[in-house]
Amino acid sequence: MTDLTDLYKQVILDHNKNPRNFGRMKKADKVIEGFNPLCGDKITLYVCLKKNTLSKISFIGTGCAISIASSSLMTEKVLGMKIDESILFFNKIHKMLTSNDPINDDLGKLNSLAGVREYPTRIKCASLAWHALNQTLTSKDKVISTE
Amino acid sequence: MNSSSQTRKDFPILERNINNKPLVYLDNAASTQRPLSVINAVSNYEMNYHSNVHRGVHKLSELSTNAFESSRNKIKNYINAESEREIIFTRGATESINIVASSFGQSFKSGDEIMVSQMEHHSNIVPWQNICKKNNLKLIMIPISKDGEIILDEFAKLLNSNTKLVAITHVSNALGTINPIKKMIHQAHEKGAVVIIDGAQAMSHMKIDVTELDCDFYAMSGHKMFAPTGIGALYGKEKLLDGMPPYQFGGEMILSVNFKETIYNELPYKFEAGTPNISGVIGLGAAIDYLNNLNFDDIKKYELNLLNYLSEKLLQISGLKIIGKPKNRSGVISFMFDNIHAHDIGTIVDKEGVAIRTGHHCAQPIMDFYEVSATARASIAHYNTKNDIDVLIEALNKVKEIFS
Repeated sequence: MTDLTDLYKQVILDHNKNPRNFGRMKKADKVIEGFNPLCGDKITLYVCLKKNTLSKISFIGTGCAISIASSSLMTEKVLGMKIDESILFFNKIHKMLTSNDPINDDLGKLNSLAGVREYPTRIKCASLAWHALNQTLTSKDKVISTE
Repeated sequence: MNSSSQTRKDFPILERNINNKPLVYLDNAASTQRPLSVINAVSNYEMNYHSNVHRGVHKLSELSTNAFESSRNKIKNYINAESEREIIFTRGATESINIVASSFGQSFKSGDEIMVSQMEHHSNIVPWQNICKKNNLKLIMIPISKDGEIILDEFAKLLNSNTKLVAITHVSNALGTINPIKKMIHQAHEKGAVVIIDGAQAMSHMKIDVTELDCDFYAMSGHKMFAPTGIGALYGKEKLLDGMPPYQFGGEMILSVNFKETIYNELPYKFEAGTPNISGVIGLGAAIDYLNNLNFDDIKKYELNLLNYLSEKLLQISGLKIIGKPKNRSGVISFMFDNIHAHDIGTIVDKEGVAIRTGHHCAQPIMDFYEVSATARASIAHYNTKNDIDVLIEALNKVKEIFS
């Protein structure tokens, strides 16, 4: 068995304690809720899009350390990315969390989430925010406004 | 009482390791473990006399029918019901409640009221919500106090001549509160209301006497009283069950069928359509035998002692809060840290071999009431020991260390 510190890496503990881009956004182009009914983890993502780029992103929510840290790391990573690019990136993260393939080096800090592979019950915690974002970006629904 | 060593030997699973540490099983409110006698009864049936019950003329069918019906008799005697006709086998407490809601509930008319307490498990809320929507009934919530007890004055005030049914849990699965159901049943009856008790959490901790309680229905879950999953029972007063339409239709629940008309079978078979969970029923019968050999006066004392020890030790951990403070508590303590989510607690203590439950415990209205999204819950059975609690406490200190 792996050690607990593989799951609760310093990066995770840090992003849980001080989540980045945490807060409500008043004028977001898209607002999406991610909910894990199993454990009650709930996050709301706010996204602004400019020329197919994620120009602003923030989130609020409650959840375990893994889900908060993953949301925080995600907002940091995808800020400024093209939509296509972030969808491709979602696929990489999804693969990293759910497969046993060797971990790709180009994921940077996000590699710290790979520890959940050893904890099948926690994979959903790590992927919640990513699924929420991916769903918004790939859906053809009209833009949801907070106004 | 020296419960631990001999009792623990009855439960083979308690011998195993989890993550290279001895298992500390404190998730009994979710499901209790099975004693060897239950495992053997099920396996003996599967190996030696499996066959469909009722109507078969061959030997195997006679054997399985006898074992099946003797389980019904055991339950009837154990809970002190008047007749086997009052014991319906179900999939569990959830199905037991659903039978009453969808069958007995058909007699309710627009404007009638159903009362449900704020501390119910979803299984004793949603079926009522559904029948209320369908038939335009009012669903009334009986409020609880911050200590986690039903506010009896409010209950008395809410009861009125429109109250047709009161649904309350005997023991709360999230708070451990033992509700004063005998008194509440009496009060409800005075207004002409029928009472259903969700007994899922009570059966493994105390002796139940439905005649003394005078409840109209009592729902039981096998796997929360040392029997297998997928089996449970509904007790109902015969005169009520008699007047109720069937819940499901098919084989077993009929006396005669032709294309003009079907005549339904008598109680309890009217409510047991289809081939039943025979091995489950036999396991449940063996669990009742096991319960019959326990001394619940001793067990109550032993468990209360353990719970007090647990609560004392938990409160010594700084930053830890216990949810609810009922005067009468059984089996369960929910707790949380301000800054550490319950799921992180669950994962870390699991590493130490400790099984506890984390989340909303299928009782979201309680979580809303306490304004929390999730709690950690330790729930005990008579086979737990002070050592189990010491291991949990040590593991919780590790949780604090990691998140310090």
